[in-house]
Amino acid sequence: MKDKACIVGVGATGFCRGEGSGKSLHGLQLEAALTALADAGLRAGQVDGIMPFPNLGTAEGFAASLGCENLRFATTVNMGGAAPVASLGVAAAAVTSGLADYVLMPAGWNGYSGSRAGAIVQEMTASIPGGAIARDFYLPHGLVAPPQWYALIARRHMHEYGTTAEQLGAVALAMRKHAQLNPAAVMHDKSMTMEQYLASPMITDPYRLFDCCLETDGAAACVVTTTERARDLARPPVYISGVASAQPYPADEITGREDIFRTGLTVAAPRAFEMAGVEPADADFAQVYDCFTFEVVQQLEEAGFCTRGEGGAFVEGGRIELGGELPVNTHGGLLSEAHVLGMGHVVEAARQLRGEAAGRQVADASLGVVTGWGDFGDGSIAVLRN
Amino acid sequence: MADSGKKKAAGLPLPLMQGLHGEFYRHCAAGRLSFQRCSDCGRWRHVPREICPACSSWNWSWEQSSGRGTVYTYTIAERPMHPSFAERCPYAVAVVEMEEGVRVLSQVVDCPPSELEIGAAVTVDYLSVGPERTGANDRQGEEAGDAGASDSEGIVLPVFRLA
Repeated sequence: MKDKACIVGVGATGFCRGEGSGKSLHGLQLEAALTALADAGLRAGQVDGIMPFPNLGTAEGFAASLGCENLRFATTVNMGGAAPVASLGVAAAAVTSGLADYVLMPAGWNGYSGSRAGAIVQEMTASIPGGAIARDFYLPHGLVAPPQWYALIARRHMHEYGTTAEQLGAVALAMRKHAQLNPAAVMHDKSMTMEQYLASPMITDPYRLFDCCLETDGAAACVVTTTERARDLARPPVYISGVASAQPYPADEITGREDIFRTGLTVAAPRAFEMAGVEPADADFAQVYDCFTFEVVQQLEEAGFCTRGEGGAFVEGGRIELGGELPVNTHGGLLSEAHVLGMGHVVEAARQLRGEAAGRQVADASLGVVTGWGDFGDGSIAVLRN
Repeated sequence: MADSGKKKAAGLPLPLMQGLHGEFYRHCAAGRLSFQRCSDCGRWRHVPREICPACSSWNWSWEQSSGRGTVYTYTIAERPMHPSFAERCPYAVAVVEMEEGVRVLSQVVDCPPSELEIGAAVTVDYLSVGPERTGANDRQGEEAGDAGASDSEGIVLPVFRLA
């Protein structure tokens, strides 16, 4: 499948808090979808495959609104925030096998003005694969939301490897710094110092407020087709060189894992790099799903950018900032751009590889990595090139 | 049996007393923290599963735990993320590694957050949170460890105290 499918169009709405998007959940995602289709130079009616984000819309609904009369591939990868990147793999398989010609992937929500992201996630907990376990064994003890689930893993990592609050802060600061170069970022013009990070209120130890992703309104989308078809389209193709997704074990329960740091990405990353025929060190940037700061540290380790236990030191000293060894989340990520459920990371990766990232462009970017993280540690990763 | 109507009235998210999950909590209500143990390979397991993930055996029984374990990891919830826990903040949610080898998600009660650490020895106690719950958490839980937990209508959570 290497390089046989491409991302040919990307798009996003504006991102906001405050008054909110003013659009419905469906309308917001339609706006992003139309932007991505226009970017690709495709008519909406040409789309014959749709992969909606779990629980935020149906392929049938999007097809009806977009006039897709020939919808023949409609599926959702039920991996929460790992879904968009995992969907790249499924879409690539679909177009290369002939199940569809053009697959549209919308994702977005009114995570601020609608039901706040935290509340939505609580509702969504019931629908994830481990929902009944969370309901019966987590919620009664007050473990009710993702920052609390993952704080358990972060705290254990700090215990085993000496990862520090300042190292988590280095992740938050890098994302915030990148957001200053991204006019679309919600945290544009809101810089942050380590002192401000450390002074932010504790939410669920060891996570402070600034360890946690934003709650925002916004949507993003991308379109995937075959490399052959991509040649006829409007934009330079972004090749899907390697892609994989996987589950931790067990995937429906966090606490009983023999190795609590082994997540879906641990399994998926070597497969994606092998498919692409490259090493982590070959990447010019990485867009890493940053629901919370520690998840960046953990994914850098499990994806093989550094060894386990070294992630804390890896993120220090500007290494993950623009100009550093591995710029991470050049758009600002979920922490400082907007929470677009991981699709924002895909859009940013494509923009970097097309050389359209303006003031935050990674010089001569030719190979990039994008990851997804969802539910109780499902993982996905794509190796993309131009 | 718990029913969802009463559950809503209490405001606290309670387990649905169904299937193997319900059986687990009924053992807690009887004051016996118990886990499934495979009758063929001898492995203990939690959370409940219908067959043994190690050897695929359908044969198992509930066996009582020693109730002793150590804190594997924890978080201190400082900000409420669910309205019914608001008045409890800060509270300690912990993963306890039991002597039998299984880990259980629970809470460490009556422990100042600053005194909680990974590796701390803990022992089980029982906290009644069932439909009859009046709102007094821990004190009621202390009673529940004894005969009080036999009330078949009550839902009892296994919680832990520093040993």
